[in-house]
Amino acid sequence: MNDKIMYSDSHEWVKMINENEAYVGLSSYAAQQLGDIVYINIDAEEVDLKDVLGDIESVKAVSDFYSPLKGKVLEVNEEIIDNPALLNEDPENTWICKVGDIEDKVKLYTLEEYNKLLEA
Amino acid sequence: MIQKTPLYQEHINLNGKMVEFASYMLPIQYTSIVEEHMAVRERVGIFDVSHMGEIIVEGEKAIDFLNSLICNSISKIQSSKIRYSLFINENGNIIDDFLIYCVSDTKLFLVVNAANKEKDYQWLLKNKIDGVTITDVSDEYGQIAIQGPLSKETMLKITTKDNLPEKYYTFIEKASVLNKTVLISKTGYTGEDGYEIYADANAIQEIFKKLIELNVTPCGLGCRDTLRLEASMPLYGHEMSDDISPLDTTLDNFYKTNKPYYIGKDKIKDRGLTRVGLFNTERGIIREHMEVYKNDELIGSTTSGTFLPYLRGSYAMAIIKKEFSNIDTIVDVKIRNKLVKAKVVSLPFYKREK
Repeated sequence: MNDKIMYSDSHEWVKMINENEAYVGLSSYAAQQLGDIVYINIDAEEVDLKDVLGDIESVKAVSDFYSPLKGKVLEVNEEIIDNPALLNEDPENTWICKVGDIEDKVKLYTLEEYNKLLEA
Repeated sequence: MIQKTPLYQEHINLNGKMVEFASYMLPIQYTSIVEEHMAVRERVGIFDVSHMGEIIVEGEKAIDFLNSLICNSISKIQSSKIRYSLFINENGNIIDDFLIYCVSDTKLFLVVNAANKEKDYQWLLKNKIDGVTITDVSDEYGQIAIQGPLSKETMLKITTKDNLPEKYYTFIEKASVLNKTVLISKTGYTGEDGYEIYADANAIQEIFKKLIELNVTPCGLGCRDTLRLEASMPLYGHEMSDDISPLDTTLDNFYKTNKPYYIGKDKIKDRGLTRVGLFNTERGIIREHMEVYKNDELIGSTTSGTFLPYLRGSYAMAIIKKEFSNIDTIVDVKIRNKLVKAKVVSLPFYKREK
């Protein structure tokens, strides 16, 4: 999964399933920054670029989870609702939601480019 | 000015995630708040609490003087005993909470919150009487806390039984640990058994390093907060402040109505408030400063709250109107524009088995 994912500057990752659909998750960097993730709430149905998809709560704090895509939320990963710690264990192989009817994307970066952004 | 504790380099070596707290650089966590929290509940952890302030009150009238400033009594305190207490301001609210270590009839050692150290020191100076000297000795002491069910057997690897205080809230002024002279108390802020060690920078470094070698889990400020919240211990700036009285926050055990006099006594008002525990029965995490409602009426707000790692749930403490504080009362808490049902539960949330 890792080799095909692209990153946004707000630390989500996107993995295209086909032209219209993609999985969205949280980058390893973001998961590490948040610390122990204990609750995820994805309540958006239709999102524009950078709209809030929902909340990710860690023991330390709550963070908004932004959409790198314009489209419709098709599905939320039930596994992470029941076991949010998966997002700390293997964030880049754990999708959070599936977005369809994709009309637009934010600027996305390769892993190498994303790592450069993090260093900057 | 941002200060480093004697253990700063150790935290860096242990990959601590450093943050500024009360003007000190301290680790919020090393690996994970949850892991560190569980280490203290199930085994043993070590905390750098060198940021805490230490003030010595000395002189023939030391006990009488301090007694006139606190809302419980130390008139009968004996050496090697420790008392928790509060200073009350002119408005009847809490200046700080702190520990009083009775070294002798004429010497008291106060351990105060880092963020309030200067305020406490000034308050003591302002009210000082003849025959008493007040010295801020914070810079002379580092402090570590060893907490958890294995804390005693761990300490016995670096010292002998006669160097460890036996009873809760007692201390040994000159104990020997790894051939260093240190002050050890049986105290802590986690709800577990444990010890706190006060010593100079060098001794603190050596003891800390040795305990890490012995596989004691280094623990950051993050789990210090979740542990104290799980044990429902109040924290200054949350359950106590310059605007909160001991009555509001239900520190009744530390507040004596029959004591004839202390500064602030006649100003303490009954505002009809009390501190409660809340358990979130719905999804989401209740955090501090969230509004609490009953039947659309605002009845108070939360003072601390997060996901508690041992109890595995969203819990919070709140100061609310007394009439809604009965156990099992269902209230609404506003989590970012959304109301969730929370239940009033008894405090403490967690109590260790003896």
